[in-house]
Amino acid sequence: MPESALAAFLEAAVRLGVPLALAALGETVTERSGVINIGLEGSMIAGALGGAMGALALGSAGGGVVAGAAAGLFVAAVFAAFAVGLGTDQIITGTAVTLGGLGVTGAVYQARFGATGTALSLPTLAPLPIPGLSEIPWVGRALFAQAPTAYLAYLLAPALWWLLFRTGWGLALRATGEEPSASEAAGVRVRWTRFLATLFGGAMAGVAGAHLALAHAGTFAENMTAGRGFVAIAVVVLGRWNPIWVLIAALLFGGASALQFFLQALGLDLPYQLFLALPYLLSLAALAGWVGRVRAPAALALPWPRPGGGA
Amino acid sequence: MPEPGRARFVPLAVPAAALMVTALAAVAGLWAGGYDVGRAAGALVSGAFGSREAFLSVTLVRSVPLILTGLAVAVAFRAGVWNIGAEGQLYAGAIAATWVGLRGGSLPAGVLVPAVLGAAALAGAAWAFVPALMKLSLGVGEVITTILMNFVAIDLTAYAVRGPLQEARRVFPQTDPIAEVARLPTLPGVRLHLGFAVAVALALALWGVLKWTRAGFAIRAVGASPEAARVSGRIDASRVTWAAFLSSGALAGLAGGVQVAGVTWALYEGLSPGWGYTAIAVALLAGLHPGGVLLAGVLFGALEGGAGAMQRSAGIPAAWVSAVEALAILSVLAVDQARRRVRPAKRTATRSLGEVGDA
Repeated sequence: MPESALAAFLEAAVRLGVPLALAALGETVTERSGVINIGLEGSMIAGALGGAMGALALGSAGGGVVAGAAAGLFVAAVFAAFAVGLGTDQIITGTAVTLGGLGVTGAVYQARFGATGTALSLPTLAPLPIPGLSEIPWVGRALFAQAPTAYLAYLLAPALWWLLFRTGWGLALRATGEEPSASEAAGVRVRWTRFLATLFGGAMAGVAGAHLALAHAGTFAENMTAGRGFVAIAVVVLGRWNPIWVLIAALLFGGASALQFFLQALGLDLPYQLFLALPYLLSLAALAGWVGRVRAPAALALPWPRPGGGA
Repeated sequence: MPEPGRARFVPLAVPAAALMVTALAAVAGLWAGGYDVGRAAGALVSGAFGSREAFLSVTLVRSVPLILTGLAVAVAFRAGVWNIGAEGQLYAGAIAATWVGLRGGSLPAGVLVPAVLGAAALAGAAWAFVPALMKLSLGVGEVITTILMNFVAIDLTAYAVRGPLQEARRVFPQTDPIAEVARLPTLPGVRLHLGFAVAVALALALWGVLKWTRAGFAIRAVGASPEAARVSGRIDASRVTWAAFLSSGALAGLAGGVQVAGVTWALYEGLSPGWGYTAIAVALLAGLHPGGVLLAGVLFGALEGGAGAMQRSAGIPAAWVSAVEALAILSVLAVDQARRRVRPAKRTATRSLGEVGDA
């Protein structure tokens, strides 16, 4: 096995795993509060376009990431206004928000850059090798010569773990997702908590989209997120709503996505379209093998206050 | 995972109000984007309804896959099955229909056309079988699994048109045209094909099934309250879920088959501009009623048909249609929610049971 092919594979695995990790870490917080945001895909595509346009306007990739986060947050705010504010069905609302996100980004992109889809030349998010760590044999370059957004994911996972499981704030958030009525009685503002948790998830999905545009593709294309928002939701299940495991699961999924590059580099003439389906098949297999042995937050996807039934 | 659906019919006032909200928001969006709203509306209407040709060759032709996938979503949601996978089931149906249509050229049309459409329906049901099995035997919620299956079907299509089903010259990522005897007959001089009649007949049939048959009652009962249906002891809820899931997949698969046999005569990537998702807007606007799906399907067919004219004459990107569809879904949800606040319902369980009877 050529070592360069393996190194390229590991690098691509992490590069493709990072957007999944960022979106899934955000969604972990959202789901812990009792909200499942299927509109994550919409936040991610908005983040990709926001990232691209922000980077162009501000002339810096870092500015693009911030703009991407804002765009993802905005889309999540629309979702939260309906699903948390009005208490509409979370699945239908999320589907609508994804549909709207894909439509609006497509329309804005066509209006701004023309329908032909000329490739944009964006300020890209360049790899930032960390001295020392990036020289670790085998995995050093793959893990520590990545775009800064990767380091954000590495740092966010333990930080969120600590926040969720070791602070009163995290306890209140988790209680909201388990026993909303009891939490409210104990003085937690359930809807406000869920609203903020959803916004955080949207902002992280926006950063994930910006990473796709600025660190991976170097351009924006319509529908470029290609279902990664939905895969991220499966990653949350696989990671058992625990940020550390979510990060690990996301990197594994990045490996599945990168497998096609690896096989091409080895010169194997395999139909790559079938390998494109690998992350989705892996998600299905993971859900089949995992659900039943893990427990979702008890109040996940249930509107609160309960419709028609008081609190 | 979501609570099984409180799916039920909504009074006509809800879709009417939702449509008005959607139209207002869409106009506001166009105005804010600096487009000429009057010109856009004119182009939309004339592009969709302006002539016999526009209505029969554009609007109604585009409504066929929307009606069929809309019915697929409606039957699933009525039974409390969150099938977001109509898009993938449609592609599975399109692949199967293309395969049969390419191979069966020696058969008479009277055999081949039903075989093409039957294969499409079967393939759609087979695609729905995976998430149905995962739901019923492993307890995996169907929302994410049906969505994931969409992407698998799209990748499978990409593989089919570059691999086993690629056209003979092996240049373009598409199949050869299917045999002429496999194609659906059209009305003289326009593109409206037999698929429209199939869609209308299925909508009416489904309406009858839901309203008058025992199976329809079981679907409505399980959708309203699986717990109550189970406790009653007279309805096998898991059998109903299976039936609704598979017939939903079959309807969506048929949409793909009808599109290939009636319009494109070949399979290629991007065959569907997301009809499986638009179908959710169609079904919700229809209040999950098969008759309503017919109307909403034609309405969205007009929107998609007119969007082309809007792009040409007012420069409005065609992707705008998806945004309007999303607006329609959100409007239905918001209006329905507002209605409940104005007239607070009784407790959930009684309300659901009370509504099992009406259709």
